[in-house]
Amino acid sequence: MAKFMEWVDARFPATKVWQEHMAEYYAPKNFNFWYYFGSLAILVLVIQIVTGIFLTMHYKPDSQLAFASVEYIMRDVPWGWFIRYMHSTGASMFFVVVYMHMFRGLLYGSFKGPRELVWLIGMVIFVALMAEAFMGYLLPWGNMSYWGAQVIISLFGAIPVIGDGLAEWIRGDFVVSDATLNRFFAFHVILLPLLLVLLVYLHIVALHKVGSNNPDGVDIKKHKDDQGRPLDGIPFHPYYTVKDLFGVMVFLVLYFGIVFFVPEFGGWFLEKDNFAPADILQTPPDIVPLWYFTPFYSILRAVTWEWLPGGAKLWGVMAMGASIAMLFLLPWLDRARVRSIRYRGWMYKTALTIFVIAFVILGYLGTKNPTRIDLFAFPNVYWAQICMILYFLFFLLMPWYTSRDATKPEPDRVTDK
Amino acid sequence: MRKALAVFLFLLSPVAAHGAGGETAHLDKVHIDLNDMASLQRGARIFVNFCLSCHSASYMRYERMAADLGIDEQIVQSDLMFASDKIGDLMTATMSREDAKQWFGTAPPDLSLMARSKGADYIYTYMRSFYLDESTPSGWNNTVFPNVAMPHAMYEWQGNQKAIFVTDDSGNKVFDGFELVKEAKLTPEEYDAAMRDLTNFMVYLAEPAKLSRYTIGFWVTVFLLIMVALTYALKKEFWRDVH
Amino acid sequence: MLWAEFPPGLGATIDFPYSCEERMSDVSQDNSRRRFLTAVTSGVGLAGCAAAVVPFVSSMTPSARARAAGAPVEVDISKLEPGQMMTVEWRGKPVWIINRTDEMLADLESMGEKLADPDSAEPQQPEYAQNKYRSIKPQYLVVVGICTHLGCAPTKKFEMGAASGVTDDWKGGFFCPCHGSMFDLAGRVFRNVPAPTNLVVPPYSYPDESTVLVGVGPEGVA
Repeated sequence: MAKFMEWVDARFPATKVWQEHMAEYYAPKNFNFWYYFGSLAILVLVIQIVTGIFLTMHYKPDSQLAFASVEYIMRDVPWGWFIRYMHSTGASMFFVVVYMHMFRGLLYGSFKGPRELVWLIGMVIFVALMAEAFMGYLLPWGNMSYWGAQVIISLFGAIPVIGDGLAEWIRGDFVVSDATLNRFFAFHVILLPLLLVLLVYLHIVALHKVGSNNPDGVDIKKHKDDQGRPLDGIPFHPYYTVKDLFGVMVFLVLYFGIVFFVPEFGGWFLEKDNFAPADILQTPPDIVPLWYFTPFYSILRAVTWEWLPGGAKLWGVMAMGASIAMLFLLPWLDRARVRSIRYRGWMYKTALTIFVIAFVILGYLGTKNPTRIDLFAFPNVYWAQICMILYFLFFLLMPWYTSRDATKPEPDRVTDK
Repeated sequence: MRKALAVFLFLLSPVAAHGAGGETAHLDKVHIDLNDMASLQRGARIFVNFCLSCHSASYMRYERMAADLGIDEQIVQSDLMFASDKIGDLMTATMSREDAKQWFGTAPPDLSLMARSKGADYIYTYMRSFYLDESTPSGWNNTVFPNVAMPHAMYEWQGNQKAIFVTDDSGNKVFDGFELVKEAKLTPEEYDAAMRDLTNFMVYLAEPAKLSRYTIGFWVTVFLLIMVALTYALKKEFWRDVH
Repeated sequence: MLWAEFPPGLGATIDFPYSCEERMSDVSQDNSRRRFLTAVTSGVGLAGCAAAVVPFVSSMTPSARARAAGAPVEVDISKLEPGQMMTVEWRGKPVWIINRTDEMLADLESMGEKLADPDSAEPQQPEYAQNKYRSIKPQYLVVVGICTHLGCAPTKKFEMGAASGVTDDWKGGFFCPCHGSMFDLAGRVFRNVPAPTNLVVPPYSYPDESTVLVGVGPEGVA
């Protein structure tokens, strides 16, 4: 075996890569719960790719056959239902994991220098993932698939001058049709997965260049032993491989719990209306995207001020775009001297709490009819407007409150927890 | 760590099932039990005799139904198959879509997934809510699905009902219960039980894998919990190095 | 070298990677426990992975639709005249049913030295059809009409001698136009032709006198 590895190493840096990224990649020893989600995201990506390949063997990207081919998978293909539920549950769990992973970044300032590129690549992954999920959702060709795509693609029509032409170009037809289904299939199974794998690779390369952040937000490279190894670092392998393995198993209990016992997850992961085939004459009573899009969908619908130049629809689309663009700017909006929430002052803590609450409420309202009252006192749309403003204030005021915030001094070394 | 886990679990828990809103009619709860094979078999019999003449269940195969519900293939072929002759066939309707469209003005929808897109309570209530209405083409109407094109297929079992409407304070006509105007083959209790069997079967029909996925899921969970314990011990063991 | 097992082979070149401030002294004592837990977790984990492979592999086996389409085919042979052949489809393959005349059956006996496998020693037929006529009833031959060479469809050549266009002493049989393989009226392959084996006899049975059920052997026979 040793000889074989010698042979390989002379031709390919296998051992070197292993050492640099696993056995001698020094990660801070104080990772907590929030640090499980990076490896879990990779796990879900692999699950989605593998189950996706097997679904592609039976799925038919044809508007006449698509819906029936999904039911064929659910009934006639041996274990087809299992693979399909793994994929549909995996899609939602991907966003659960990624949102937790991103929230970790907000908690511990992982987006701050020198990790700006790690964050930016991560944000591109997030956007690619949203595109991947949106296009995948059309493929079952259920009624919600159809109308969801119809509504979201129409948004491009709000762009002045080129809007209508652009929407038509995306659909390849005047309405969502077979042509749309076919190109979404191509993007969903080829282009975006390739892109995602590449981006994840870049994300990790960038991370390993600068090293992992930690819950204390301190730089572990400041204190090294005589061999140049960080005193607060431990080799990723075996310590974090065994720890992440444990995380993976806990995750799999939850994941397979959903796959086997509640694959629809009360309508949150698989919507009722999507068990009826696409019908161009019958719009579902409420067109609702899946839960992971609803915060942004809420922002889109919250802009109802028709007096805005160009109309409310255009500004709604721009607000939705801006709500995602804001996240890209985080590394430059945050002026605090410390990274971790542990040493920040009350201002950032309060702002982050309000932001999270606003985000969750926006997500909830995105599943509801804007004119009804589901919270209290005001119709949903007013609550959405309030939350939208709070969402943007978190970012827009960030340079102001983070530079004034009374931070505590960061410790020199990581604190054991 | 524990706090964070609680947050995680909270985010995972379905806070409230959405998509349930929007229905104006009140739906009666039906007790679904897919382990009740006798009920599923009775439901299958009602389904092929009454529903399948106009509606299809074209994602389902007779063979699968026979195997899943423990009905002998010979019995399925002689007693339950009217529209096709091969046991491996899909459950298509006896009536052609064109004929149906001509008779009812609209093609009867496929029923394979009705229990998943509408819900069991909807089907159960719908089947018990037909009433006589001279203003509609078929002479029937339904409180759950107003002006439905479908006539009451089971009127001989249920008898004919009339709907009673009262005027409420704000002057709107409000539904206030049914009155049986013609005696039927079944008592109301028997009819409700039969419709429960039918609904039960349609829940099975919408997702045949449901019969097996809970059992498989149980063993997968047992296995994964063992893995959780093992990897936890392994992690503990390695992390004793780290101070 | 505690983690030498993770992944096999690579560990040999890895230095002791521990670098926290406090070096450990009690590592060697726990070696066995660590090895044991690693082995058990790997073993159980691998078993889980193997189990997880099963659904994916079986999803590629013929689906209920394919199996329904490949279900046994009932064929009414009451109208099949002696010397005639009919073709039915079973699992997407052409199956020939030939009503052989007494003459044809007699000719089969004299084919001996021309054939590669005259006694049907190769398992190209169910046991119940492993006889000199390669059939359950001598009169009726049931055979899959696909050349055993490269899967072409042989054509029937029932004329005798030169009229068949095959050979001058032709006694009826099948000729594959692709590479010239020849088979007799029991589906047996000739010597010195590309096809290596006799034509395949599918499982079949007679539910009654005038019906052939292709796809299911006689009762009590697998």
